[in-house]
Amino acid sequence: MEFTFFIEGGNFSKAGTASSEVKKILKQLNVDAKIIKRTVVSLYEAEVNVVAHAFEGNMIVEIFPDKIVVRIEDKGPGIPDIDKAMEKGFSTATPKVREMGFGAGMGLPNIKKNSDQMNISSTVNVGTQLEIVNYLK
Amino acid sequence: MEKAHFYHALKVVEKVCIGCTHCMNVCPTSAIRVKNGIADINKNACVDCGECLNACPVNAIIVEQDDFSQIFHFKQRVALLPTVLLGQFPDDISEKQIYSVILDLGFTHVYEVDETVDVLTEATKTYMKKNHQDRPFISSFCPAIVRLIQVKFPALVEHIIHLKPVIDISALFYREKLRNEGFLDDEIGIFYVTPCAAKIAAVKSPVGEDNSFIDGVINMDFIYNKVLLSIKQNKTVGIKYEIDKHMSRRSIGWTLTNGEASQYSGRCLAIDEIHNVIEVLEKLENEEIRDIDFLELRACDHSCAGGVLTTENRFLAIERLRKRGDWYHRNKPIILEEKEIEEYRPYLLENISIKSIEPRSILSLDTDMMEAMKKMEKINRILKVLPGIDCGACGAPRCQALAEDVVQGKAKMTQCVFLQKMLTKEGLITPQESFDISENTWGIKRFEKKNINDH
Ligand code: SF4
Ligand code: SF4
Repeated sequence: MEFTFFIEGGNFSKAGTASSEVKKILKQLNVDAKIIKRTVVSLYEAEVNVVAHAFEGNMIVEIFPDKIVVRIEDKGPGIPDIDKAMEKGFSTATPKVREMGFGAGMGLPNIKKNSDQMNISSTVNVGTQLEIVNYLK
Repeated sequence: MEKAHFYHALKVVEKVCIGCTHCMNVCPTSAIRVKNGIADINKNACVDCGECLNACPVNAIIVEQDDFSQIFHFKQRVALLPTVLLGQFPDDISEKQIYSVILDLGFTHVYEVDETVDVLTEATKTYMKKNHQDRPFISSFCPAIVRLIQVKFPALVEHIIHLKPVIDISALFYREKLRNEGFLDDEIGIFYVTPCAAKIAAVKSPVGEDNSFIDGVINMDFIYNKVLLSIKQNKTVGIKYEIDKHMSRRSIGWTLTNGEASQYSGRCLAIDEIHNVIEVLEKLENEEIRDIDFLELRACDHSCAGGVLTTENRFLAIERLRKRGDWYHRNKPIILEEKEIEEYRPYLLENISIKSIEPRSILSLDTDMMEAMKKMEKINRILKVLPGIDCGACGAPRCQALAEDVVQGKAKMTQCVFLQKMLTKEGLITPQESFDISENTWGIKRFEKKNINDH
């Protein structure tokens, strides 16, 4: 089963809608509450990243009997140094974004913490693809 | 294990209900459908918030209460009063008068529920320190909220503080006190005067407890009318109640918004009104809000002052309670009960925990995930042909809800009036069939000819 949600860049009032939609679907599918929690926390983080840094993006959710695979693909500036972005406390968020309470450096490490697998690739000035996999059993 | 079926005090009076869909559209858990022209409440989904009662234009939804005369089955009859009760009366009626009438009605003791608040705050502080990994803590105060979390936010159940709400602590205290005075358990009857349907449900099907500590409930509006009538008609036989009743400002404020949140350190939030609460719980679940220590969540607007069985305007009631609290604060009277509670503090603290609170999600389409996926695919297909305007004419609150009902075998697609028109036009159903379907949803009387001049 596949679902796609659009993420609008720069619109913080809508940040979190895609993750909430996914949450609703997972609840309907009777996925274990703890797995839902982990998944949604990482998706929310990823969604806010797109809103904060990219022009636009898509969240593509695929649900299999044994796992949830989510791809978050954005069009934007990309991440020049992924290893650095993975360091705890590192944030590419502008001071303005941080003032709003988003992107306080929790980003990628927090996504990693809340998923079973995380793959990321990025091209500067093109965009970033992030894949999150969570197993259901 | 909790019972599979849940007691609800809210009832639809079928003779009065006109199936207008107002209640169906406001229910925060989508528990209501209109069938045969009458609102039908799904017992598993209802959380007893009372929104439907407030929305009903013809007063067809009522709060059932126990028969009053049952109090006389007991030798000792304790009336446990919610603090908001005293806020219902005009300023010229004294607390003494109110207590006296309640004794006149047949009770042997009157006691205000929130007098044991101090014990609960102490226990809560210890609990939060001991279980800090379960932060943010959610108060167990409002039974409608506990149920809401069980059915809609199952992942948050463990954040609910597993301690008895103050009503149960007071019931425990009073029962033990009477036992120590030499009365037997079955001679003691403890009755709670309730401002809402949720507290009744909490007494009749308790969450996290095997049995309730309360023997019966009496609706607050019933007591209010009795008291006012008796005072207006000067019927009270002498002032029976001699001691001036006092409670601390903290106890008086407990059931009002911020009554709990103001008592703890750290980042504490007080949120009232069920839709506001749902919004916050959504964010909490996504960890959109972090670093919160304590959440006071209440289903009613302005907390219990806005309970469905209150009679006074909530703002006036709150003003009166605040005045009472301020009076206490200025005069610092000696409170006899407080001293008494001290003796029982160790006993109460020992018995204050509750067992686990079970999640019982109403959202999952099937316990088997593969089945649930199939159903979800079907729902999405059905949604493509429904008009998507959420008119409610099918008897479900939204097109999405109808689609889910169809997949669960609880409704038929043809209940949708748009589909009926299309199918009739294409000759797939006869006008008579279409008419029959509508009669099933809206009841036979709905379609009787009405004369424009009739009233
Ligand atoms: S009490 Fe609340 S949850 Fe129950 S049916 Fe009414 S509106 Fe719905
Ligand atoms: S806020 Fe108070 S009156 Fe309203 S449902 Fe909760 S406990 Fe009852």
